[in-house]
Amino acid sequence: MARRSSEVAAIIHIEIPSPLRSYTGGESRVRVAVPLLAPEAPPTLGGVLAALDNLYHGMRFRIVDEQGRIRPHIRIFVGRAVARDLRTLVPSGETVMIVAALSGG
Amino acid sequence: MPTRPASARNVTLLVATRKGLWTLASDAARRTFKLAGPHFLGHVVHHALRDPRDGKTLLVAARTGHLGPTIFRSTDRGKTWKEATKPPAFGKSEGRVVDHTFWLAPGHASQPGVWYAGTSPQGLFRSEDGGTTWNGVDGFNRHPQRKAWCGDDKDGTPDGPKLHSILVDPRDASHLYIAMSSGGVFESTDAGDDWAPLNHGVRADFLPQPTPEFGHDPHCVRFSADPHRLYQQNHCGLYRLDRPATTWTDIGGGMPKAVGAIGLPLVAHPRDPDTIWNFPMDGTDVWPRTSPGGRPAVFRSRSAGASWTRHAKGLPRAQAWWTVKRQAMSVDQGDPVGVYFGTTSGEVWASRDEGGSWRAIARYLPEIYAVEAV
Repeated sequence: MARRSSEVAAIIHIEIPSPLRSYTGGESRVRVAVPLLAPEAPPTLGGVLAALDNLYHGMRFRIVDEQGRIRPHIRIFVGRAVARDLRTLVPSGETVMIVAALSGG
Repeated sequence: MPTRPASARNVTLLVATRKGLWTLASDAARRTFKLAGPHFLGHVVHHALRDPRDGKTLLVAARTGHLGPTIFRSTDRGKTWKEATKPPAFGKSEGRVVDHTFWLAPGHASQPGVWYAGTSPQGLFRSEDGGTTWNGVDGFNRHPQRKAWCGDDKDGTPDGPKLHSILVDPRDASHLYIAMSSGGVFESTDAGDDWAPLNHGVRADFLPQPTPEFGHDPHCVRFSADPHRLYQQNHCGLYRLDRPATTWTDIGGGMPKAVGAIGLPLVAHPRDPDTIWNFPMDGTDVWPRTSPGGRPAVFRSRSAGASWTRHAKGLPRAQAWWTVKRQAMSVDQGDPVGVYFGTTSGEVWASRDEGGSWRAIARYLPEIYAVEAV
């Protein structure tokens, strides 16, 4: 049973910045299982954030607007590469890092 | 409808700021106020309100510099909070993005659980479950004339065009007014299904046609104690409208020439439809938007705007360059009425003699966006 679920879901680690930890009970790193449509097709960032929102409802809208765009002062890295949109592929086992940028006082 | 006076009554001020929410709770005499907070430290709180229908539900419109906008809700007078499961957001097909919720308004007394929200860029939203889920009011947001009325979202003011002053007629739940900093005042008589501009008589002297049908910049619109009468603080002066008339009357002429009739907030007496207060700001040349001459003062009219008197007792006499934003002035239900305002420099000032004299009841807060006496 455990083996089968590992075949149909990608496990993604997500680094949570401090402004969003009110959703995760203070956790700075969480893990989500993202269902795979096909074993050879990794999930998209959109799918990862949907899975994250299933666990921590409301978080996605704080970082992605209603038109599906990453908000202006949010950056999301997949591994070490900046993801420009939600179609970015996220291989199983990869780490997604959410960064929230502020300036001024 | 005029409310019953309360000569001895505790007042709580909800103070929304650029960095969170504070409360100021008075004793029954309104002599001392106790500051509590912050709630939501670090959040930009544009507005916070208590539901007058149940006396315990609080709604807070918040975002942060980086995180998107949301609504927090408490049903136990602020002890615990939950986030809206579906905050105001435009539909996918609209292609627009809510930057922040700017104005909250409870619905009609006969419709418990109904709330309205005005956003920036300008959109109107409605909740029917006490603020947990929100849907766009399509009759406005998707109105075929909306873009003609308001321009594009990029055409607004630097901080974003605001939909504000959502007024629900206490005599008729289907009769609504809204005001927009890019567009003017609009009215609906069918619960928001359709809208019509209501700006006759109001100047828009920054436009090629200075008396257009729409395109105005109202800063704040309030019901008087008599809902037949509306008052408006506009980018181009002060106005009164006595319905069913549809032409606003200019009531800024009685303001001193050196001060002018431009400001952001305006509040009305809860029982006397002739009494209002405004807080003028400098709207000359590049629009400093400070207290005129660095000498802050509240102006009161007891004659429906025919004449105004300056009230500055207790306020700084010089070199005070703050101003008061459109939601940052409020009145309580007391007798005499308590009047309150919060400043861009983080001070809260109170008068318990209907504006005659003032004292600071809080200092050193962040920039204040809204003050509501509840």
